Amino acid sequence: MWKHHGKIERNVVLLSVLTLLTVAIGGLVEIIPLFTIETTIERVKGVRPYSPLELAGRAIYVREGCYLCHSQQIRPFRDEVERYGHYSLAAESMYDHPFQWGSKRTGPDLARVGGKYSNEWHVAHLVNPRAVVPESIMPGYPFMRRALDFHDIADHLKANRAVGVPYTDDMIKNAKADLEAQVSPDADTKAFLARYPKARVAKFDGEKGPVSELDALVAYLQILGAMVDFSTATPENLKQ
Amino acid sequence: MAAPASASAGTSTPDYDFDVVKLFTIAATFWGVAAFLVGVVIAFQLAFPVLNLDLEWTSFGRLRPLHTSAAVFAFGGNALFATSLYVVQRTSRASLFGGRDLALFLFWGYQAFIVMAGVGYLFGITQSKEYAEPEWFVDLWLTIVWVVYLIVFAGTLLKREEPHIYVANWFYLAFIITVAMLHIGNNLSVPVSFLGAKSYPLFPGVQGALVQWWYGHNAVGFFLTAGFLGIMYYFVPKQAGRPVYSYRLSIVHFWSLIFLYIWAGPHHLHYTALPDWAQTLGMVFSIMLWMPSWGGMINGLMTLSGAWDKLRTDPVLRFLVTSVAFYGMSTFEGPVMSIKAVNGLSHYTDWTIGHVHSGALGWVAFVSFGAIYFLVPALWRRERLYSSLLVEVHFWIATIGIVLYITAMWISGIMQGLMWRAYDSLGFLQYSFVETVQAMFPFYVIRALGGVCFLIGALVMVYNLWRTVRGEVRKGEMPVAAVIPAAAE
Repeated sequence: MWKHHGKIERNVVLLSVLTLLTVAIGGLVEIIPLFTIETTIERVKGVRPYSPLELAGRAIYVREGCYLCHSQQIRPFRDEVERYGHYSLAAESMYDHPFQWGSKRTGPDLARVGGKYSNEWHVAHLVNPRAVVPESIMPGYPFMRRALDFHDIADHLKANRAVGVPYTDDMIKNAKADLEAQVSPDADTKAFLARYPKARVAKFDGEKGPVSELDALVAYLQILGAMVDFSTATPENLKQ
Repeated sequence: MAAPASASAGTSTPDYDFDVVKLFTIAATFWGVAAFLVGVVIAFQLAFPVLNLDLEWTSFGRLRPLHTSAAVFAFGGNALFATSLYVVQRTSRASLFGGRDLALFLFWGYQAFIVMAGVGYLFGITQSKEYAEPEWFVDLWLTIVWVVYLIVFAGTLLKREEPHIYVANWFYLAFIITVAMLHIGNNLSVPVSFLGAKSYPLFPGVQGALVQWWYGHNAVGFFLTAGFLGIMYYFVPKQAGRPVYSYRLSIVHFWSLIFLYIWAGPHHLHYTALPDWAQTLGMVFSIMLWMPSWGGMINGLMTLSGAWDKLRTDPVLRFLVTSVAFYGMSTFEGPVMSIKAVNGLSHYTDWTIGHVHSGALGWVAFVSFGAIYFLVPALWRRERLYSSLLVEVHFWIATIGIVLYITAMWISGIMQGLMWRAYDSLGFLQYSFVETVQAMFPFYVIRALGGVCFLIGALVMVYNLWRTVRGEVRKGEMPVAAVIPAAAE
């Protein structure tokens, strides 16, 4: 055996090819089945693509690196389920590009933060966390009061469709209008809500001005974990 | 280009390109200090949030990737470039393939990658995939640079004047090939527009998570381990003046390490929505990984057989040997933490951060310091370092820094994990989340002070190297050659 190794260590191409084969195996065996085994994603109802405003909010969440301190993945432990809610399902992040499960909880998990606090609380907390939680060590984000840049929001939906999120032509065509509709509670939002059920409609930051980054981020936070309809979920269709 | 006639005589020296090695060595030192400095800043931010300054460019979320990328890719990456391009020339008795122009492209191309990535983070241009934060255009640029790296490195091996490829080069080659595979696989994405920075990664949710940690864990396994084992396999024997302990162990170490490492990614996703079979597979392979890791550690440490006395007199060797000891420690801790029952406690806590730093500071940085202390006098043709005493000062202050850092994180991590799951006698959760945050404060301060020690040590190194390059020897210090026989008597 040692004798044969002499052949490998005298031949750069052979050494390279064998190395590539050796390091390829593990990844192939673990990753490919996740795309082929259908039960990997639980059969639950309610998960839909993000509304344009939620998607813009998610882009801010990604931009600021929130995942470095906040996980979005509740583990099936008694204390976590009591603290945060039902353990996280794969189905809940099936439209997430990229996933934001995180690896650290310097702050609490956010997988089901949607609906737990009021919009006003979120805005006050984002602008100055210590105004509402004196012991918090989170950075303040007062600059998010600025206007949201969403001139190319339809392109963002298109890019998501290109990676597999089922945005329809209708959704892409109405992207900009839908984004504005979500912050206009007094306008007619029926068509918007038909496209994005359960979306929360509000001027999230409480200001009269243009759509702000706070509006987008809070809209995203308020839908987190709120999509799945657990009343219809059975152990059978949660099984992976 | 090759000169077979003269090489067969075995006496001529090829026209080595050490200028680019010098550049990479300077860059590694520079980025090392930058990485440690940003690390200290964000460590203090966690203890004193006012230091975030309420500005977007200085908030923890944007600075943390700057710290990790500077440490891993800028400091570690430049150390790998410097050492690999030095080692491949020396052990092949051949100059770099592609000549000086290609080597310079490699240097400036890689620095451009670092600057584009780092400046991007400050402006919020990030994929927010851990350790793969750079956006699509930066990824494309790195791919080009990396392919050139493979061409230069493998090309130099192809024109070698030695029959065998030295073991350090197997590890470097595996590092280059595997990082290329991981980088491309994990960064597949669709840009929103070709003129904009933003893109959406190809893989969603659970598949995205496993692809990310297939990449992430093997950034550790191949960038921070295989590559640095290449450093160990050349510089430890060199500095100790002994051959590698076991050739056969090297072979077993190499193939088992690169085969097993790739499987270990799912241990970052225990108890998540990743299916159980994948979690279990990741755990089993992570535990198996303990064996090749310790095989490599034994091969490195036992290389000192018959030369252990040099540890007393040679502080550079002390850096190298301590790094291998830290490697052994963190590659034992890793498999323990990959066991699901342990991970249930350790995951999401500072224990993980402590574990990473015992590897990053104790292993990666220490072995790099050792190699840099070896390389600077060799490259600038100085008889010795400016001061061995200052190397010793660096060694001790950095070691104290690491000990403060990892013990603080062990305590805070385990405490955090236990507080989260604590119930009171009435069956209610005992602590609110923010109470667990408050409890971390003293440990965050101690950790930051550990970081300060490590940074000061690095600055001492910079001073020492600067005087060395100027050709000076500290007053009162005898040349190394004179010290050793005196100590042996």
